[in-house]
Order: sequence, then structure tokens, then C-alpha cells
Amino acid sequence: MQDDKHAEVSGQDKRQVACRFVPTAAEVTGQPWRVSEHFVRLIGNTGVRLIGNTGGVRRSGHVEYFLQQLINGLTLGAIYGLIAIGYTMVYGIIGMINFAHGEIYMIGAFISLITFLLLGVLGITWLPLALLIVLASAMFFTAVYGWTLERIAYRPLRSSPRLTALISAIGMSIFLQNYVQILQGARVKSLPPVLPGGFMLMEKDGFVVQISYLQIGIIVLTLVLMAAFSLLISRTAMGRAQRACEQDMKMASLVGIDVDRTISTTFVMGAALAAVAGMMVTLYYGVIDFYIGFLAGIKAFTAAVLGGIGSLPGAMLGGVLIGLIEVFWSAYFTIEYKDVAAFSILVLVLIFRPTGLLGRPEAEKV
Amino acid sequence: MSQVSPGSGAGGASVLPWLAAVREAALAAVVALVVAVPLMGFETVQQASGLELRTRWDWVAIAVASVFVGRLLLALLRPARRRRTGGVAAVGHVGRAFRDLARWLGPAAIVFALTLPLMPFSDRYILDVSILVLTYIMLGWGLNIVVGLAGLLDLGYVAFYAVGAYSYALLSLNFDWSFWVCLPLAGLFAASFGILLGFPVLRLRGDYLAIVTLGFGEMIRVILINWYKLTNGPNGLSGVPRPSFFGLPFSASAPAEGGATFSSFFDIAYSSTHRVIFLYYLILVLALLTNLFTLRIRRLPIGRAWEGLREDEIACRSLGINPTNTKLTAFAIGAMFAGFAGSFFATRQGFVSPESFTFIESAIILAIVVLGGLGSQMGVVIAAIVLIGGPELVRQLEDFRMLAFGGLMVLIMIWRPRGLLAFREPTIRLRPRSRAGEASAESAQGG
Repeated sequence: MQDDKHAEVSGQDKRQVACRFVPTAAEVTGQPWRVSEHFVRLIGNTGVRLIGNTGGVRRSGHVEYFLQQLINGLTLGAIYGLIAIGYTMVYGIIGMINFAHGEIYMIGAFISLITFLLLGVLGITWLPLALLIVLASAMFFTAVYGWTLERIAYRPLRSSPRLTALISAIGMSIFLQNYVQILQGARVKSLPPVLPGGFMLMEKDGFVVQISYLQIGIIVLTLVLMAAFSLLISRTAMGRAQRACEQDMKMASLVGIDVDRTISTTFVMGAALAAVAGMMVTLYYGVIDFYIGFLAGIKAFTAAVLGGIGSLPGAMLGGVLIGLIEVFWSAYFTIEYKDVAAFSILVLVLIFRPTGLLGRPEAEKV
Repeated sequence: MSQVSPGSGAGGASVLPWLAAVREAALAAVVALVVAVPLMGFETVQQASGLELRTRWDWVAIAVASVFVGRLLLALLRPARRRRTGGVAAVGHVGRAFRDLARWLGPAAIVFALTLPLMPFSDRYILDVSILVLTYIMLGWGLNIVVGLAGLLDLGYVAFYAVGAYSYALLSLNFDWSFWVCLPLAGLFAASFGILLGFPVLRLRGDYLAIVTLGFGEMIRVILINWYKLTNGPNGLSGVPRPSFFGLPFSASAPAEGGATFSSFFDIAYSSTHRVIFLYYLILVLALLTNLFTLRIRRLPIGRAWEGLREDEIACRSLGINPTNTKLTAFAIGAMFAGFAGSFFATRQGFVSPESFTFIESAIILAIVVLGGLGSQMGVVIAAIVLIGGPELVRQLEDFRMLAFGGLMVLIMIWRPRGLLAFREPTIRLRPRSRAGEASAESAQGG
């Protein structure tokens, strides 16, 4: 009834959904950022598709409906959380909002799409292998993008005022968006479902609570990456170096830590995780365009702030919360205002707990 | 990958400058190759049967080659450039030169701006671009109060611009009020929004403020898109009344209810450029008012409190300044000028829609302020001309305009991290021999 219906109607339906919101060429070439409206509507629509394409009957009030939204929200939250880690790490180390991180995630999505198509051309159709190759390729190439971004736009500005780096980041974000738009076109790209099907959890009155294989995959992969990542930060020399730089960059360099290299690794890791999120979105929603990085980036940063910026578990928690808020808001209230809901919650949290949920209170130094 | 550190280049430079430069360039080219292959090498094309891939290896080759050549030239020119400028001292020198320049540049610019519509070369197109540039100058000056003076990072400035534009559009469409009545009201509404938003969040640290203002900007846009009853959704409001010259409309024929038009009243031939010239002077006056206001308020206690807060919040608090209220005034006043600019925008376009108020607008305005040099009024003018007027000149490169815009922002920031006019003149200068308690002498010295 829910996602199985969505799984049954194959790529054709998706393409219709996509095409209805494809901006005309004239609209796109006029002003590149105009596409945003279309994308807002598009996201709204895919949201509807995901959270209950029940033909107008909204079964709110049922436990089953709640459970289904919970599963969908956790999936979305996992994706936000992975992007949020990149924000929180960079902010922790150099105290800068890496505005172009959303664009890095978008590039990750595009690279996974291209790798998928390439594997199709090469004839590699065994799904586990294909997914693994796509994952590896997206992570590698996106990581190089992350590294280059830091090298070109941020490293020369390391000792400059904070605002300077922020403007540079915003400029880079605009640049990358238009770079992908020029190279890959402004149209929405759609991919037929790669991994259809799922488990039926429970059924009542014809309403089926379902968790798709893809949702399981996304949540499990996120958990695995989080665990690996926490180990990396807490156990390895590289992680120690990162934590040292986070506390005091000058002191860290005095004890022989290569600060430049540590910051580069941070960007590389953040970009790789964002690439995983990009791949997940490509598979999960099946539609991407050059503009997806902006909203996802803002929301992921919101998630990082919500969880307490600088804290890795906080980023994950914030991501899951934002995902849940968004999904539940669209399920029970109005889908149009889901972004407003997410930001309002952020403002409320910041008023009552300015360091975020898991952030350490910052001592004010004189 | 990380061998491309500046250290390795500088170390090799003394021995074999050429070899080191070539090696650096080769490394850059390898990185460029890896970056270019997936997105530049393959193009996804929508076919009837689904997405298809096409290859573009020639593009990759061109990109890699240009990166190699560019990096090589940069590596070879860098030592020479460093020797010529001689480091930090030169920056101060340039700053002084700019300051001397600014002394007569300001009045000259105003004279030029005043006479522009009378110049022989100014046609409709030049005036339109100038109006656009002036709108951004006004917005930049308004944001300069928030970011440059008070040091508050506002990433959602366009929200107040939108509030101003929609206030004018809605008031004039629903109640038929004239532009001159709506202009102060639009500023008032925008300022109230600024207070409403600022009150809860101004106690937060700078970056949180940035993200909350960013979120607020998006929220306003989402609300404008979805509140069909009031705002007509994504379609926007059209038919917003054009401004009149103190009651005299700029039209070819007299209005139905009688009365004169601008051309008939002054007994001149009707021309469609009259309205453009009027709009030009209108925005010029509004922008200059913003500038004058900023220059004057910097000398008032409140303006000094803003600058004090920017420099050191704790010191200010211990001097008895209430940081929240002080920030709130800066926020509200900045928002008010955005509201004025917004209602001008609405009357100029005759049409408002949420598409005009995206995040990119906020980013452009902030870029103008930062690029110009924080707190520098003349810098805003120069940055607005470069960033808004520049891309207008290359309109034929439609697709690459925003690409160039983003790249330009990064390059200018790397070239001049403190902005184009990178000097911050202290608003108040203590007399060398002044003692504590001579507050009156100090204030007389302002400027």
C-alpha cells in the first residue's frame, strides 16, 4: 500500500514525476537559481510519494502509520546525519561554515549516478558488486573534490578573518553549482529503482508497514560508517591529530602535528561521507539535479547545530531529529511547511540550549 | 596528494626553479585530471530509453592542459611577485593610497551619479543597469550597518528585502495607497520583522546567528510561496502600481478620472525614459540617505556601541552597554533599509514573486559588503559595480555568468582577504595627550 506500491510502479512513474517538474530551457537559462522553485515542489512531491501515496486517504492516528513514518524519518535522518558530520568536523577544526559542503554532496550524487550508468554500459550487473564499485568510486572522486576545494579556496585564507573564508565558501558553492549545471545540464536526472522490494513488518486493515531493502541498507551502512568513523577519531594517530587541532591549532603544530595535512584529511573524510549520502539519495529518491546540495546542505548544517556543533554523535542525532521532524511534519501537518518546521525547532533549541543538544558549553575567555 | 604543499615548491625554488615549478604543475594537472574525469568526461543525456552516457575527453584534455599551464605560470611568477610587493608593509601603503583617493573619490562619484542621466552616452540600458547597481549599493550599505558596523553575520538579509517588497505590493494593491505612504510603512514592517527575529537569536554567538538568519530567509520564501491567499504563491503579485511624480503619473495619456500626467504638467513631449530617470534619481536619493544615515550614526553613542560590540563584546558589557538591545537596533535599522530598498524594487519591477528573494541574493549582498571591505562605504560602491555591473557587461555569456560570479568571489577573497578597500578608519580617535575623563574633547574629535 505504501512503499510496495511505489516499488511496483517502476521507473516510468518516476520519470513522470520528474518530468512534470522539469523546468523549461528558457526558465533555466534565464537565471540559474530559478530552478529552486521547481526543486522545492519536486522535493515536496517525492516526499509525498515516500510517505504515503495512498490516493488521498491519510491514515493518521494509526500506530501503523506512525511506524511507517518513523522508518522513513530514520532513513532521511541517516542521510542528513552523514552530511552533517562533514560540517561539524570542519567547524570543529577551523571554525568555519563550509558552505560548499552541500555542493560536495551533490557532486557525490552525480558521480554515483554516472558510475551506475557506466557500470551498465560495461555490463556489470551483479548488484552487490555494482553497489560496492559505485560506493568506492563516489567516495574516492568526491574526496578529491573535497581536497581540491580546501586547497584552492580555504587554505590561502587560513589566517584571514572568518568572514573572508565564509565568502570564499559561498563563492565556491555558487561556482560548483553552476559548474555541474553547465557540465551535466539543468534537467532533473532520474534513475530507475535499483533495489526494489522489502520486508513487510505488519499489516492491519489493509495498511502495510514496510521497510524496503534500500532503507535497511541505508540505515545499516550509516551505522557501520559511524562506528568506523568514531574508531578512526578516537583510536588512530590521525584522529588524535584531528582532536588536537580542534582544541588548539597552534599548540598542535608546536608538538609536531602537520596542521595542513590534518585539515586536508578532515575535508577528505567529510567529502567521502557526503558522497555516501549523495549515493544514498540517488538510489532512494531516484531523482537528482544540480540544485539538491543547497537545501540538503542547510538542513545538514541545521542538524549539526542542533546536535551541538563539533560533536560527532551530536551530528548524527541532529540529522536523525531533523529527518524525523521533517517526515512527521509532512505526514501529520502540511508538507509545504516542513522546512519552516525544521528551522523553527532549530531556533527553539538554540534559545533554550545554545550549545546544541550534545555540545559542550563554551567557556568565555577574556 | 598532499605533496603540493607550498613548502616543497619554495624549497626547490632556490635550486631548480623550473623543475620545481614543472613538478608542481604536473601534480596539479593530475589532480585536475581526477577531478575532471567523472563530471567533465561523462555527460548524462536524457534519451527516450532513459539516461545515457556520452564522453567528452576533449574537454578533459583542455581542462587539464589549462590547469597545468596556469599552475606553471603561477609557480614561476610567484617569487617575482613576492619580491615586488614586499609583504605586509605594502598592504598598509596601498590602504593609505586608497584612503587619499577616497577623499575625492566620494564627491566625484556623487557628482557623476547625479549627472549620469544627462550624459550623452546614457541610454535606457545604461540607466537600467545603474538602477540595479544602485539598488545593490543601497542594500550593501544597509547590510554594512549589520555586518560591517555591528559585526553580526546576517545570511538572510534578503528576507527583509522581501518583506519590504511585499509590504508595498500588498498595501498598494489592496488599499490603493501611494508609494510615498507605503515606503515608510515598508521600512517599519521590515524593521519589526528584524526585531521579531532578532529578539530570540541575538543572544547567540555569531555563527548561530548566521544559520538562524539563513533559515529565516528560507522560511520567508517558503511562506511566500505557499500562502496563496495573500501572496498568490509562486506566481507572485503583478500589476504593482508604478511610482508617480508627486501625484503626476508617467503615462502617455491622462488618467481616466482626469488630472495631468508628468509630461502634460511640465509641457514636455512624453518619453518612456522619464520614468526610468525618475526611478534612477529615486534610488540614488534613497541610497545616499542610507549612506548619510550610516555616516552620522557612527558618531552617535549607539553607533560607537555597535563598533565596540564588533571589536570586543565583553569589554562593552563591562562598560554597561546592553549587548542584546544594541545588536537589536543594528539589526532593525539594517532591516529597515532593506525594507525601503524592497519597496523600491517592487515599484520598479511592477511585479514581485518569491523567486526574486532566494538565498543567492543574500549571498550577493553579503559578498558586496565583504568584498568591499567591512565597514567601508566606498568599498561597497566599488564591489557593487564590479559584482553587479561586471556580469551585466558579459550578458552574452549567459551560462557562464554565475560560474564567473562564484569564481570571482573566491579569487577576490584570496587576492585581498580583507576586501578591496581594506582599511578601517577609527570613527573616534583619542587625542595623543588626552586624559581619562576628557570625554567631551574626544567626541569633538569624531570623524
